[in-house]
Amino acid sequence: MAELSPRPVDERPLSGPVAYLLLVRMWSKSASQYRVSLMLTSLAQLLTTSLDLIAIVVIYAQVQTIAGFTLPETLYLYGTTRLAFGLSDLVASGVENLATTIRLGNFDLVLIRPVSSLAQALADQFTPKRFGKLVAPLITLGWALDTLPVQWTVLKILVCIGTVVSGFVIYCALWVLTGCISFIAVDAQEVSNSFTYGSEFATEYPLQIFGRPLGLALTFVLPVAFVTWQPSLYVLGHADPFGLPGFLRFASPFAAAVLSAVAALAWRGCVRRYRSTGS
Amino acid sequence: MRVYLTAVRLSMRRYLAYRSSAVAGVFTNTVFGCIRAFVLIALWKQKPEINGWDLSDAVTYAFATQALIAPMGIFLASTDLGPRIRTGDVAVDLYRPVDFQAWWFSLDLGRALGAGVLRSLPPVLFGLLLFPVSLPLIPLRWIEFAVCCVIGYTVSFALRYAASLIAFWTMDERGVTSILVAASMFCSGMIIPLTIMPGLLGTVVTHTPWAAIVQMPISVLLGTQSGGFGYAVAFGCVWALGLLVLGRVLTEAARHKVVVQGG
Repeated sequence: MAELSPRPVDERPLSGPVAYLLLVRMWSKSASQYRVSLMLTSLAQLLTTSLDLIAIVVIYAQVQTIAGFTLPETLYLYGTTRLAFGLSDLVASGVENLATTIRLGNFDLVLIRPVSSLAQALADQFTPKRFGKLVAPLITLGWALDTLPVQWTVLKILVCIGTVVSGFVIYCALWVLTGCISFIAVDAQEVSNSFTYGSEFATEYPLQIFGRPLGLALTFVLPVAFVTWQPSLYVLGHADPFGLPGFLRFASPFAAAVLSAVAALAWRGCVRRYRSTGS
Repeated sequence: MRVYLTAVRLSMRRYLAYRSSAVAGVFTNTVFGCIRAFVLIALWKQKPEINGWDLSDAVTYAFATQALIAPMGIFLASTDLGPRIRTGDVAVDLYRPVDFQAWWFSLDLGRALGAGVLRSLPPVLFGLLLFPVSLPLIPLRWIEFAVCCVIGYTVSFALRYAASLIAFWTMDERGVTSILVAASMFCSGMIIPLTIMPGLLGTVVTHTPWAAIVQMPISVLLGTQSGGFGYAVAFGCVWALGLLVLGRVLTEAARHKVVVQGG
């Protein structure tokens, strides 16, 4: 009797990035069901970022410079940091829902699926409205690049692009790290906002305004100075008011790599020691 | 009347139960207070007086606004009513033998009182310790401040209540309310004080209802409100009444036409 051979099934789990993209597509479809709401919430994202921009312009309506930075220079900081943050928000802000997922015990479901838990957490409740956050930074950065009296060299162009890319990676690592907070303290969701939205807010101004001790802490402890401040000092041709060595201006990719490694290790550790919430 | 007082009390007690989440909130409010204070300090260092405010007024403002975020519900898109309309749970609420608007006012007031108790003091104390925050020692100012806070809170509730009713017609209030939150952040003076906004922008923002929620109580406390306490009270009361009436009209309209979601 001929043996029925079952059709071979590919049972390898999906790779992280592929699973992530599939989940993003699924959530996008879900969000698009409420078309008017999606349009209005996208508009709200655009409005929020634009109003922050207006706040900077209002400040500069009172004075010529803040901490030695002119309006186009500060708008360059705003543009680069907000673009980097907007991109990271697009990709990774799904971790904001992690606390709820854990509290409701739904992280158990995440773990039994044959898909990377990080991919699932990052893609959770993805919504295309987040593209709305990119509009104001893109326009502002374009304007700042056009207005700034900078002699562009190949190296400066590379550093400028590198600023946004490294900033994006640093913010993604911060999103993952704040996700880890949810594993340790489910109620501490709002603390995460200090690190994500707080960094976003703080880095759009010259770091000098925070004074030396805090400025150094934001360079070496929570390394958000590498999002835009350090590389922008080079692009804009400013001396470092804290007198830090010049090579740090090119250290953003290194800071991004280190922070990503820390975030990856922390995530693994948290998932490993995760105990379900029970009933 | 007793049923509303009980609703306030129970709603406040429910809010007070989430203490660890309040600690996290206080931490973040304080961090943001510091960042905003540093930005304003940098500005005032360049220009020691802007429209009658000195450095210490500006820094006090930065921390006092952080204290008002939670009770005034600046980040709250609507009241808890919005999601209940979306899910259809509102059907139960419509059966209650109470005035619909007053019922939601009581529940939201309880939330605001709980938030005030748990979240308002720490950011200001932190500012007092480490920043040039200076609070007036004149008792009358504090009474005026309290009155303005009550009026400001009423404006905030009336606005959010009206906004959540939109869900009766659009099935999903989140679009409209997220735009209102963005406007509320800016127009209440949470990002930068309304007092430094120039020209037409300044005129517009100081006349929106959000001006009564945060900026006016604090300006009254600092003694810098143009037109004084009387103007702040009149301005706030006009908006509060107008928006409460709007809420009533919308409630009646919704009662007559709506089909409740769910099933």
